[in-house]
Amino acid sequence: MFNPRLRAVIRKEFIQIVRDPRTLVLTFAMPVVQLFLLGYAATNDVRNIDLAVVDRDRTAQSRALVASYQAADYFRVRFDADSEAELRDLVDRGRARAGLIIPPGYGRRIVAGETAGVVFVIDGSDPTVASTALAAAQLTGQAEATELTVERLARRGAAAAAMAGPAIDVRTQVWYNPDLVSAYYMVPALIGLILQFLTIILTATAIVRERERGTIEQLIVTPIRPWELVVGKLTPYVVIAFIDMVEILVAGVLLFGVPINGSLPLLLVLAGLFLVTTLGIGLFISTISSTQQEATITAIFFNLPSIFLSGFFFPLAAMPPFLQLLSYAIPLRYFLIIVRGIVLKGVGAAALWPEIVALTVFAVVIMGAAALRFHKRLD
Amino acid sequence: MTVIAATAPLIEADGLYKSFGDTAAVRGVSLTVRPGEAYGLVGADGAGKTTLMRLLVGALRMDAGHARIDGHDVVTDTERARSRLGYLAQRFSMYGDLTVAENVRFFGASRGVSGDELARRSAYLLQFVGLAGVEDRLAGVLSGGMKQKLGLACALLHQPHVVLLDEPTGGLDPLTRQDFWQLIIRLLADGVAVLVSTPYMDEAVRCTRLGFLHEGTVLREGAPRELTEPLDGRILELVAAPRRTVQAVVRADPDVEDVAAFGERYHVRVRAAAGPLERLPRALAAAGASFTALRTIAPALEDAFIALLAEGRSDRRHGIEL
Ligand SMILES: Nc1ncnc2c1ncn2[C@@H]1O[C@H](COP(=O)(O)OP(=O)(O)OP(=O)(O)O)[C@@H](O)[C@H]1O
Ligand SMILES: [Mg+2]
Repeated sequence: MFNPRLRAVIRKEFIQIVRDPRTLVLTFAMPVVQLFLLGYAATNDVRNIDLAVVDRDRTAQSRALVASYQAADYFRVRFDADSEAELRDLVDRGRARAGLIIPPGYGRRIVAGETAGVVFVIDGSDPTVASTALAAAQLTGQAEATELTVERLARRGAAAAAMAGPAIDVRTQVWYNPDLVSAYYMVPALIGLILQFLTIILTATAIVRERERGTIEQLIVTPIRPWELVVGKLTPYVVIAFIDMVEILVAGVLLFGVPINGSLPLLLVLAGLFLVTTLGIGLFISTISSTQQEATITAIFFNLPSIFLSGFFFPLAAMPPFLQLLSYAIPLRYFLIIVRGIVLKGVGAAALWPEIVALTVFAVVIMGAAALRFHKRLD
Repeated sequence: MTVIAATAPLIEADGLYKSFGDTAAVRGVSLTVRPGEAYGLVGADGAGKTTLMRLLVGALRMDAGHARIDGHDVVTDTERARSRLGYLAQRFSMYGDLTVAENVRFFGASRGVSGDELARRSAYLLQFVGLAGVEDRLAGVLSGGMKQKLGLACALLHQPHVVLLDEPTGGLDPLTRQDFWQLIIRLLADGVAVLVSTPYMDEAVRCTRLGFLHEGTVLREGAPRELTEPLDGRILELVAAPRRTVQAVVRADPDVEDVAAFGERYHVRVRAAAGPLERLPRALAAAGASFTALRTIAPALEDAFIALLAEGRSDRRHGIEL
């Protein structure tokens, strides 16, 4: 068949992976665990959500509530709507992402020490924004309510206040994507994150392990060419990465109902391109580390900032300009745009060419630099 | 095994230098090993034996010098040179999480030995080193001696003309060490050139030629007999006690150069044997020591090595005085 030395390295590497069940389990369980954690518990820091207010109470108390939403810089009060119909129209047209409806009698109830209800509606079509808005709306309402309760305590004594219950009851409603499945947004991105984490750490430690255990000394002396060693050692991790990717996609579809709108073959090809960069980074780390622990720590130090700078959690547009600039140096940034574009929007290569070009440049530069640094020597 | 007919040197090292930062590990080593020769590198811990071997297999880059394996330069023609040699590193460097058979198969395939040939070679070699029957055991759980034997088998799969063994018997029991030397001797019979390092002088004696390595330089080189010859008739074996008194009395004798303790025996190096043979028993008795025996013995390699080191030290002292 093909190159026997290359085949020998690949074969040996696979045997070693199978003989290490702990890592193996971690490798295949991690994506699903992450998917659950992130799919259900993603919180995002989004600011200045455009808010439309329908104040049908128009008292000092209702104005105080609006002011408190304004003060929390999650929201920017942009519209003063007269009716719920007008609010719906604003949200429909995307001019407002959230609405606050204060019913008549709100002020009177507050003054009377009763629980006053308000309704907060959120446009759920962008779950990243919506989940933040949801949390912020409730938090802001709670803060205002706590303040009112403290006032009541001062005026009427603890017992009465406690009996009266919370001052404000914020009822939230989510329109369009009522379950707020940020999984739609997170699942594709998770593919990028897992591919990067796994391949960098596994490749870096797999190569350093040879040095740490002393096997490198025998390996060096074999006539295996450096490229055969690199390709042979990386191949199993490419296979694992693709299995993980399919696993995430399947789990995303089955558990979270994420629709895959774009071309799967295109996604696989571009994931392959992305993997060349991450494997290159792993290889590079292996050339500068002498123990597996060192390699793992270096890999984590590289991975963590890239989560934040790639737009994984926070939309790039919501970051300060300096960090936005920095994000251009993060390969994951481009892959997230690609994977979200293909999976969620169903776009094709034509719409993604700037990202494809950027990733190609990264792939060539990083793999090239790592390969140049990689020597079959001890010093 | 194939018998190697040519007599051209199979290992040639010329003025090798290697430092790690401030540590000069190898300082100008030259040596030649011909087919059927076992060259023994003898030296204390840290003398530079491993570093020298690693230079010869191209695992470390030399600072200066040239080395050739079977005629191929290890720096400019590295892979060709490597394809000619088998190397057993001091540290266990087989895969502990692979079985014996899997290790053999991997190192065979990496050297282009596969299929029927691999099956034949591996059956022969595992028999040769005495590992037949444990093919399916993980290499990591083998005993120390078995690990070394597996390393040797893997190093011999491609029938190399050159074999480098870095302390192959380190930490092994005497019986296994004996086995190992039987294996080496069989390789020599086939015309293989063997470079072997060892801290054991009793093993070094079996080599065709020896190099005393000290602080990165070869202090002296020659056949074991050549190295001990200058000491013929100049080593006395003394059995006496207690140590403090014995050493003081012996050193006081004008013809004694040095005394080294080997358990309750002492090797006394003398300029000439006659005087001390006559004087020492009396002097020891006078000092109140219990004297058992004193006789001239054939010099051992240890004696030659100790004498050489002492020579080096007095040279250096001399140098400072000048
Ligand atoms: N990779 C390295 N980095 C720094 N110093 C090193 C390195 N390898 C060896 N040395 C130093 O070089 C010197 C020679 O070491 P070497 O391992 O060659 O000795 P050796 O004769 O094999 O000793 P031993 O009998 O203990 O195996 C020592 O002082 C050692 O500390
Ligand atoms: Mg050594």
